[in-house]
Amino acid sequence: MLLLERGPRFRDHEFTGRELEMAPLLYADSGGFLSADGTMTLAFARCYGGSTVVYTGTSLTAPERVIRAWGVPDLEHADLVTRSRRYLGENNVHLLPPEELNDNNRLFALGARKAGYAVEQFPVNVKGCQGSSLCNLGCPNQAKQGTNRVQLPAAERGGVEVVTRAEVLRIDPDRSLAVRVSPTAGAIGLPSEWAPGDYRVEAHVVICAAGTLGTNPLLLRSPLPLPRSLGRGFTCHPALIIVALHPQPITNDVGHPKSFYVDRGAEEGFVLETCMYFPFTTAKALAGFGPLHSAVMRAYQRQQQILVLSTDRADDRNRIGVDRDGGPVVHYRFAPDVVAKLTRGNRAAARICFAAGATHVHAPFADPPLIGARDAGRIDELIAARHWKPGKQSITSAHLMGGCRMGRSAADSVTDSWGRVHGVPWLRVADASLFPDALEINPYLTIMALADRVAEGVRAEVATLSG
Amino acid sequence: MLASIRPVLRAIGVTVVPEAAQLDEPQWVALEEIVRGALVSRPRALQRQFVLLVRAIQWLAALRYGRPFTALDPQRRERFLSQLQNAPVLILRRGIWGLRTLLLMGYYGREAGGRAIGYRADPRGWKARS
Repeated sequence: MLLLERGPRFRDHEFTGRELEMAPLLYADSGGFLSADGTMTLAFARCYGGSTVVYTGTSLTAPERVIRAWGVPDLEHADLVTRSRRYLGENNVHLLPPEELNDNNRLFALGARKAGYAVEQFPVNVKGCQGSSLCNLGCPNQAKQGTNRVQLPAAERGGVEVVTRAEVLRIDPDRSLAVRVSPTAGAIGLPSEWAPGDYRVEAHVVICAAGTLGTNPLLLRSPLPLPRSLGRGFTCHPALIIVALHPQPITNDVGHPKSFYVDRGAEEGFVLETCMYFPFTTAKALAGFGPLHSAVMRAYQRQQQILVLSTDRADDRNRIGVDRDGGPVVHYRFAPDVVAKLTRGNRAAARICFAAGATHVHAPFADPPLIGARDAGRIDELIAARHWKPGKQSITSAHLMGGCRMGRSAADSVTDSWGRVHGVPWLRVADASLFPDALEINPYLTIMALADRVAEGVRAEVATLSG
Repeated sequence: MLASIRPVLRAIGVTVVPEAAQLDEPQWVALEEIVRGALVSRPRALQRQFVLLVRAIQWLAALRYGRPFTALDPQRRERFLSQLQNAPVLILRRGIWGLRTLLLMGYYGREAGGRAIGYRADPRGWKARS
């Protein structure tokens, strides 16, 4: 078994936690990959361990109602729960004890309860967390139990050959892969296990698990008889950040950044999560510029931050394509219901912050964006969809899903519920590309559960496929 | 790449982050190096658009106020950029968003920029606070 990873493998000491140093190393386009019309940035990692290196380790099992609504034949929620349970154990998923929670998280829980929302604590997959708050830049203490710490090392111990800095350019119909191994650029990261150059790899079975913006472009540039819906139905939980100011400094840039959430996905189409971003990311997330923007930034030590995610619906017009060089291009149009969900999420987050004692809330869907506590009763009036203009406010996404949706046949999907590509039985997909619609929660555990299912299918058929 | 637009870029920088007016020459160079570094990793067409936008701001201001952007007072500079940020044309809005984002990266991406706002995250986490 050979595993080809486009990104490099980093040494433990290379995770410095410095924002501008780590972002270009870990993320495509430093985390600022733009959608085709430039109205949304998409964050996805390129390194050994992929985006599990840069997530916060929040480990939620897929909601039953979502899997039922997906309507994928032969895919049962119970099956995903069973498989997820395995990874909950393997990755040391647990709730952090109260003494490890910072003020930013405590205030969210307090405010949410006061404002009448059901708040839940995130189970997270950390072991020996020091509370650096630097999860999104790769844990500098190797506490987060991502695939780079758990599954990949185990696979290597079991005999899987891993080659980093190896980009698969194309999959050909004869089951061979055109692979380019890049030389080390700079002194950071280990060199590839193979010498730089072009290779052709022959395989019995090919499994694409390159993430939504890796797998879809790879298949699109491969000369294979693939279903026409390839690349379509992209969803991404478009998100924005609410920043509130408290009268006194709070602990926010120390401690695990994401401990609580409010799930209003079923009722109102949004999910609120605690978050705390680094100086530039915070500055980018705030609306506008100038003295007001600066004043909010200067109050960094008093900031409470909430991530507002909307549950977008799969739409064939939202799709992944490729540019002239074969790189990903994301065509995404903000549907009116996504804007409405973000507006409701803005309002709910503002209510929570004021209930927690904030003096001001910076809401991107208000104009001007800074709302004082005396106007807390006018939130519905002040935060409104009419203030949103594509390309003006920062909308981001880190949950990239779809393009190879599971379904019944090539007429309605790209793969079956075991990740088999319709019409190309030796080709499988095992990542979030499989999702036929948004998952409405943080997706990594469901991705692993589906990948586990794909692996089981391959094991069952490998003898036939090898013949 | 930035040399030809430096005075305008700095005038826009001070409008985006007023505290940038306090930067000395080495600090400006550090900020611009971050902006340049972010741009060179992007397609050439985007780099050209960036330079074009900065030049356009300088001369669109002259059309609007009879003086180029660099000759405007801080209030007018801010008002003018806000108008562009709210322009009915998407390409202008996203251009201003991109420009201000790069300048924010240049200012707050510097270690000194983080320190100035009290950012204290440390790989040692809680231990660094005790």
